[in-house]
This record gives sequence, C-alpha cells and structure tokens, in this order.
Amino acid sequence: MINLEVPRKFEQLVDQAHMVATEIFRKNSRKYDLAEHEYPRELDMLAAVIEGSNPSGAGAGAVGSGSSGNGGSPSAGKVQDGNRNGSNMATLLGLTELSWGDVGLLLTMPRQGLGQAAISAVANEEQLQRFGGKWAAMAITEPEAGSDSAAIRTTAKWDEDEQEYVLNGEKIFVTSGDRADLVVVWASLDPSQGRAAIKSFVVERDNPGLKLDRLEHKLGIRASDTANFVLDDCRVPKENLLGSPEIAPKGGFAGVMQTFDNTRPLVAGMAIGVARACLDRTRELLTEAGIDIDYDRPPHAQPAPAAEFISMESDWEAARLLTMRAAWMADNRKPNSLQASMAKAKAGRVGSGAWRSRGRSATARASCSRSGPAT
Amino acid sequence: MAPQQNLAERSMAVGLRALNWLAASDLLDRLGLREPTERFLLGASKTTARTAASAGRTFSAIQKRGTPARQPKAGRTNLFDVTPDEEQRMLQDSVREFALDRLRPAAEDADARCQAPEELLAQANELGLTMVGVPEELGGVVERRSAVTSALMSEALAQGDMGLAVGCLAPAGVATAIGLWGDADQQSTYLHEFVGEQPPAAALAILERRALFDPFELEARARQANGGYVLDGVKSLVPRAADGEVFIIAAELEGRGPALFIVESKTGGLSIEPEPAMGVRAGGTGSLILEDCKLPATALVGGGDPAVYAECVHLGRLGWCAVAVGTGQAVLDYVIPYVTERQTFGEPIANRQSVAFTVANIAIELDAMRLATYRAVSRVDQGMEFAREATLARRLCAERGMAIGSDGVQMLGGHGYVKEHPVERWYRDLRAAGVMEGGLLV
Repeated sequence: MINLEVPRKFEQLVDQAHMVATEIFRKNSRKYDLAEHEYPRELDMLAAVIEGSNPSGAGAGAVGSGSSGNGGSPSAGKVQDGNRNGSNMATLLGLTELSWGDVGLLLTMPRQGLGQAAISAVANEEQLQRFGGKWAAMAITEPEAGSDSAAIRTTAKWDEDEQEYVLNGEKIFVTSGDRADLVVVWASLDPSQGRAAIKSFVVERDNPGLKLDRLEHKLGIRASDTANFVLDDCRVPKENLLGSPEIAPKGGFAGVMQTFDNTRPLVAGMAIGVARACLDRTRELLTEAGIDIDYDRPPHAQPAPAAEFISMESDWEAARLLTMRAAWMADNRKPNSLQASMAKAKAGRVGSGAWRSRGRSATARASCSRSGPAT
Repeated sequence: MAPQQNLAERSMAVGLRALNWLAASDLLDRLGLREPTERFLLGASKTTARTAASAGRTFSAIQKRGTPARQPKAGRTNLFDVTPDEEQRMLQDSVREFALDRLRPAAEDADARCQAPEELLAQANELGLTMVGVPEELGGVVERRSAVTSALMSEALAQGDMGLAVGCLAPAGVATAIGLWGDADQQSTYLHEFVGEQPPAAALAILERRALFDPFELEARARQANGGYVLDGVKSLVPRAADGEVFIIAAELEGRGPALFIVESKTGGLSIEPEPAMGVRAGGTGSLILEDCKLPATALVGGGDPAVYAECVHLGRLGWCAVAVGTGQAVLDYVIPYVTERQTFGEPIANRQSVAFTVANIAIELDAMRLATYRAVSRVDQGMEFAREATLARRLCAERGMAIGSDGVQMLGGHGYVKEHPVERWYRDLRAAGVMEGGLLV
C-alpha cells in the first residue's frame, strides 16, 4: 500500500536524533565552524552514550556502519507483505535529523566514519574482530581521480619476502582522515588491469608510511577535518586487505561501488537536513516579518516571499521523498543506483539553493546557509 | 496593401472600417448612445457562440435512504512503501494499455477539434472510472475511499493524452464528490446513473475567467431565495461543458463563503459558451454562464461547509497533479529514444552533456512530482491532513511539469515545434497543471 510517511517505528529515533541535534550539535555549531581543525571533544561523550545504547552503532549517529552490507541487516527490518523498512531508512532518518543540527559535527562523530561501512561490508571474521568498533576513514579520491573512482593511480605492490603490500600514491579529501584510528585506502594491484585490480586496504593511522600532507580549509562542514595523505612506501600486512586478493575480471568493482549506492542517499539526507534547518529559520523570520504561509490559496495570490517559500519547500519535499525511496529500495534489496543518484542530484540543488537564483529570499537563505553547499 | 483578400478578410476589413467610423463619430455622444452601443457590440461578440446547456437526462431518486453512504477510509498504515497494491496495479495496467492504444492515436485529431470522439468516451466509461468514488452500497466497485487509485488511473490515462484524459475523468470527479459529500437524497438521485451503463457527462466547475484567480475569492454568487438558491456568474474552462448533463458549481454563498452546488444542465439560466484553450483541448472546455439560475434547496453540497469546499479544491489540484505526471512520463518516454537515435556530427545527440543532463533532469523532476502526488493522495486515504502536501505537490507539478513540457520541445528542436510530433501538444497540455482549478477530482 502506497504510504510515504516516516514509519511509525522510527518516530522515536527521529525524536532522539532531533534532541541530540538541538542540545549538542546546534550548541557547538558556530564554535567549531570558527575553530576549524580543532577537535570537538564534546562529541566523545555523545559517541559513548550512543554506542552504549546501541552496540551495533546503527541509528542516530551512524554515518557508515548503519548502511553496511547490501540492504542492512535483516533483523533490523520488520517485514510486512514483503515490504521492509530497515536500517537504511533508519540511518537516513536519524542522519537527516542530526544534519538539521550541524553536518560538520555529524561527519566527525567518533567511530562513525565511512570506512567502517566498507569494513563491515567485506571484512572477514578475523578482520571484524580487529577493526570492529574503531574509527575508520575512507581514502578514495586522488588529485587525478575524483568521481571516476576507477581511475585511481595509487599502487599496492606485493612484497613476497615480507608478505606485505607496499602502497604508494596520494590521497585527498579524506573525511576524518586525521582523527580516525584507521584509513581504508583504495589502491590498484595492477593499474594495467583497470577496475578489477582495485582493492581496499586497512591502514593504521600511525603507520609511518601514511604521511599527513595537510588539512584542508573549507567553505563549510568545517568542524569535520578533511585530510590529504601521501603514501610513501606504506607497508601493510596482507591480513589487512579487505576481500579477495585475486584480480577477478568481473564483479569485484561493482561490489565496491555498491557501497556508494547505499551511502548516496545518506549524503542526500545531509543536504535535506540542512535545507530543513534553512526552511525552519526562514519561516520564523517570515513570521516575524508578518508573512503567513497559506497552503489553501494559490501561491500567486500570496505575497512573493510566501510564494517563494512554498516553492522552496516543494523542492525540499521532492528531495526528501526521492531520498526516502532510494533508502527504502536498499532496505528491500532492490537495485537503486538510478534512484540513489536522482536523490543526491535533487538534494544537492535544494541544499545549495542553486536551483533557484531569483534572490527574493536570498537574505533569509544567506542568514542560515553556513555549512550548506557541500553536497 | 495585400493585393488579394478573400471574402472573409474583405468583410472583416469592411466591418472594422465601419467600426472605426462609428467609434470616431461624435454622433453617438451627441445622441447619448455611446455606452448602449458599446454594450450591444460586446454582447454581440460574446453571445455569438453561446448555446443552451445540453438537454441531458432526467435525474430522479431510485431509492430513499435515511443516511448517506460513505466509503470507509483505510486508516493509518505503518510502513513506508511506494508500490501500489495488487488491485491498483491491475487497474493501472489496463488503463495504461487503453491510454496508449486508444487515446494516443486519437489525440491529435481531438486536440484540433476540441472534442473527444464519442465512442472513445464510451469505451473509457467501461474502465469504471466513475465507479471508483461511489460507495459500495450504491453500486461502487472499490471497498474503501481511494484517492490513490483515482490518481493512478488518472496518471495512466494522461500518459496517452491529457486532453482526452480530462474529458474521460471529469464525470468521475463529480461522482466522487457526491460520494464524499452528497447527502442521502443527492446520492440516490445521481450516483445510480454514474454506476449505470451510460454514466452522464459531468464536471466540477470552480475556475473563473480572471487574472490571479483564487478559488477562495469567487465572483460567482449564490443567494438564498424562495427556499432555494439563485446563482449568477461565469465559470471558466469547464471540461465537457457542451455535453455535460450535471455540474458541481462553486459559488460564493452570501454570508457563508464559497460553496458547491449541483446544477443539472436543464436548469433555466444556465448556458454554455465554448472556450477552446491553449491545451487540454480534447477535454472540450467551455464556460458555464449562470444568469438568475434558480436551484432547489437540495442543490447545496455538504451543507455549504467551508471545510468541504477547501477539501474539494485540494482534491481537484491533486487530480491535475496526477495527469501532469502521466503526461510528463509520455514526454520522457518519447524523448529518450529520440535523443539516442537522432544523429548530428556523426553521433547521437544524447552524447552531448546539455542533452543528457536535460533528459536526466526530466526523469528526476518527474519522479519527484510523482512521489509528492502519491504522498498527498495516500494521506487522503489514511484520513490525515493533506492541504500542505497537496500544495507542495501542486507547486512541483506546476513548475516542473511546465519545464518538462518545454524541455520536451527543446530536445526535438525544430521537430518539437511542429505538430508532426506530439511534444508540442504535451507542452501546451502541461501548462494547464499550473492554472487549472476544479475540472478534475481524485
């Protein structure tokens, strides 16, 4: 039966996330926006509380781990008529709400890095024991390879004598790269073999071959550190390779990319959370200015700011529904690459406000757009 | 000066010359005749096409019921889900098949003639469109109130052609309205006809002919007189105006606010004027002119409750959302093969980013329109508030629907501008989603 409301069973989770967003993220939002690169230690206690109440890490604070696997853990979703609302939906909703508080702080929640998504998706039992519960960042992007992940040039050479891989290359835009315990590095066993040869390696943050080059200064999400690394003969034990060491001509890379199908709606969710914060504040300001939003009368019969607000809100609603659908598909194990991309494309526009450049509400928008346009 | 003029052009030129002479002459002013003359000329041009409303059938109650019947609502459901249920999927499939096989080929001609072929309307009736909103006790076929089902069927029909879909769906809107708000007498008088072999042509009339129209500020008036009501005013762009046998008409009820009235076409004081429009022409749009139109007390719908009227307006807007989604899908399905087959400079134009991005955006915005519409109609069925959701869906379907129509034309370039391809018609039709009020109802 068609129903596009927030599932009832997640209402409590959303409320809790909203409370965290209000009481902790909003309270520290400006502080760490100004104090870029300073570690937000207020989050340590929060992370401990969240982990204490939910050992799997799924839910309110999870950036990556809640979206692990292809469709989330079956136990998390109650099935009704073959329909499941599971951990992808739960994670999206919680994360959207936290982003309403502050996206930068969300991104730097201890032990919730994207790398943990890759680890829990493909790690073996022994690796799960060693790496589980640690803070893991993800290093994919290079100066010459961004969204075209298959073009990465970092190499991993097998050293038969030491039974180790030797990694060389440069990685940029690593979220939480400085603060994490582990960095999951994508590297190629043999660049001549294209995508199939790309593997991920878990590198301890204190590995001497993993050299921090610099931390970026950014437009937004400044509470979160964005690191650039140089891998200089970085030696990694073979037990730290995730997945199969064989170069399989087919299928391997698709599996890696699937991680993104599940995380893409989450990135959209961040934009949706920030955009909702903008809309909420805009509405407050409009109300103070004596502008009422009327959902009965046509927008053209209302003051321009009210009409503009309805327009912005409708685009926000569009992004939100597209994103919920993508997460719902992931929960129900339906291939969602197309829908996840649609969600992210639409949410990015809504989040940045670039979609409409008419400027009527530009002042209201500017007053709350810090840390907005990073999607 | 054109050397050759045909007869019509010549007589028009002569007429204009005479008019110019008349207007310039101070003879009229001296005789105090200017105003009456202008009024006469205005009347002349306005009444040329005016006709009496269709004779229509006689509606009479078949059985007396003490209380009105209502379709029960579904109640809240707990899980997020975008899949229609089994029954809805079957209806959707059969309606879409009809739309693509029958409506699509008839669309161009119907658009030109501003009229849907009669046999097509009869076939559409066999799909049971008018039965969806009728309570089961009164011959309906759907157990529960389902705006979702109506929306899915509307969307599927409009995938064939929006104009024809509007013509087919207008009577269903009236049946649903009477199912929702009609009292026992109104239901027993009208609904058996809507579930019968030949459902009457009918339409919901809200729009009026003026800039910045607001359905909550109506100029059409209803006053109480002799134990009934008297209506005056003009309703605009009403589908099936010429053959409509019964209308639900919105008018400002003195001292009460906007209200809905059931008006049979035979009623004295109701006349029709064709009003061919930019789009949805196959819907047979026309004006209803109400002049001292006397109605019995039983004509008032929902006791004149303003909440009923507001709900009606929103359900009407959702009807237009649904058809905009269907037509948007038609555009996308037409444009994708075109841009992948059409070659310039030795490769398909889809290889160009400006083309690929445009098509991708059509797909994104179309899905957004669809989901927003589904959310609103699903809230209707669950008995939740839905004014805000309907407004957001309407806004998306108006803005993005128009953009999709325009992009559809642009993707075909010059081919998009000529009638050889349907995208120019879809562009005109999609424009309606931004301006229409009433006419449809889910």
